[in-house]
Amino acid sequence: MSEIVLSLQKLHKRFGALQATNDVSLNLRPGEIHALIGPNGAGKSTLIGQIAGSLRPDEGRVYLADTDITHMSIAERARLGLGRSFQVSSLAEPLSVMRNVMMGVQALQSHSFRFWKPVARDQQLLKPAYEALERMQLSHRAWTPVFELSHGERRQVEVACALALKPRALLLDEPMAGLGPEGSAKLTELLEALKLEVPILLIEHDMEAVFRLADRISVLVAGSVIAHGDSHAIKQDPRVREAYLGDSDA
Amino acid sequence: MINTTPLSKNAAPATHAESHFDRKGLVQMILLGLLLLLPVAAYFLGHTYYVNLASRVTIIAMAAVGLNLAIGYGGMVSFGHAAYFGLGGYVAGISAYHAFDMTPFMSWPFSVPGSDSLLVVWLAAVVLCALLALAIGAISLRTTGVYFIMITLAFAQMIYYFANSWPTYGGQDGLPIYIRNTLPQVGNNLLDSSDALTYFLICFTGLMLAMALTSRLMKSRFGAALTMARLNDVRLATAGVSPYPIRLVAFVISAAITGLAGALYADLNGFVSPSMLSWHFSGELMVIVILGGVGRLYGPLAGAVLFVMMETFLGGITEYWQLFLGLVLLGVVLFAKHGVMGWLAGSERNE
Repeated sequence: MSEIVLSLQKLHKRFGALQATNDVSLNLRPGEIHALIGPNGAGKSTLIGQIAGSLRPDEGRVYLADTDITHMSIAERARLGLGRSFQVSSLAEPLSVMRNVMMGVQALQSHSFRFWKPVARDQQLLKPAYEALERMQLSHRAWTPVFELSHGERRQVEVACALALKPRALLLDEPMAGLGPEGSAKLTELLEALKLEVPILLIEHDMEAVFRLADRISVLVAGSVIAHGDSHAIKQDPRVREAYLGDSDA
Repeated sequence: MINTTPLSKNAAPATHAESHFDRKGLVQMILLGLLLLLPVAAYFLGHTYYVNLASRVTIIAMAAVGLNLAIGYGGMVSFGHAAYFGLGGYVAGISAYHAFDMTPFMSWPFSVPGSDSLLVVWLAAVVLCALLALAIGAISLRTTGVYFIMITLAFAQMIYYFANSWPTYGGQDGLPIYIRNTLPQVGNNLLDSSDALTYFLICFTGLMLAMALTSRLMKSRFGAALTMARLNDVRLATAGVSPYPIRLVAFVISAAITGLAGALYADLNGFVSPSMLSWHFSGELMVIVILGGVGRLYGPLAGAVLFVMMETFLGGITEYWQLFLGLVLLGVVLFAKHGVMGWLAGSERNE
């Protein structure tokens, strides 16, 4: 148990007649990238919601290390060390990159009911935020407002925001979506360097990236995990091929 | 230690700020200078009316500073800030009433006497408005958007009708304050609150403190979290800060500022009535914030100056002055998104 960083145990979630998550169990070990793939409508977003805290499962548990986080809020999970990025990047666009990253540092250090000391020169906030940006090779953009950044850079900012939390696990929702081949290659490289420190649960559409990056892959179809294994095993699996070919234009 | 970090990046935003400093700083200095000097000049020329007019501008600006903290900085469009303005006013009025009558405000379970001390009145106004806002905010902030606007309006209207129908304190006729509440005497008569100029200076100090508090607050960690709650609350939660308590505290501070302005207003006019609680006033405060520039530190002041001037001088010419107010508001909304302050002082960067 202690070797597992993030673990989902028998999650169920139903919306009316639709069984969106059906008995899903997954885990994330230190030093790995575990990819979750699946065709559109397989229930990936619902599952992410239950891990990140925007949805509550009907049944089942979510553990971060040994802590049961099933009923915690998004913010509590984040403070415990669950960092995430969004499929459609979700940043405060008028603010600088630094301001976005600093918020996570701030949450980690204490509560936010500090009314007096200005943040703009608060080295306790600036330094760790700057370090997180350096890790994502973005320190040269620290004071640029987010709306001036390219799509790929925003992805990197999101990961830097998550890193500012000193996370125990990262949940990345389609980080490659909409990136060109260059951006995708760069992010792949960054994630590969990152995984040794922080294990990553990667939800991704880009198969090439998944097969290159992932140590283990789980395939989600119609709310259930139908296959599980390394990239070689997944490529060979007839059920996976069927699910993907059958649903390829869905 | 502090200067040895690789964070010399402050240079980037600083140069940006500097390019705006001259014009923005100048506009702000002129605005404050006029607000301070005109009443002083009027006082020594014997025009007490204009001193009181300036006090009125100052107090309304202070009420709008409170609302601006909720709307402009917190993104909480409250349509019920008259509740706090009026409650502050009634605190001043009721306290003076009991002090004048020498009857207790309440005698059970413990005795609360009236008071004609401004300091007591202000403290009571701030505390009671904060408590009221805590209750109203705790419920209202569970909603967003149009529902938040409506629920804050509904609470304020409840209090309005309550004041309207409570005969003890004048009901819809309002409650007069026969003698303005006083400050403790310091030797000579330097702080005679019934003197128009002294009272203006008290109000002016209150406005300056409210603006300084807002400015300081918004630069702090709390301000950073509140800004993030306004711009993207999902990002704030994902970064590990729950948006709800942050918003609630900002809402309470906002109401306390507006409530203190209400107490000053009642003492200025020597009168408090349910109209201070009505939705018309909530609407006027919103108009002032929008006119001046939403989320601008000096916006409420610029808006209040413009609003009260139009009300006073255009209102003296025609009773349809609000037609012109409407046109100005239309112009601001269409052509100067950042209000009068944005138009005069240039746009403001967040960083």
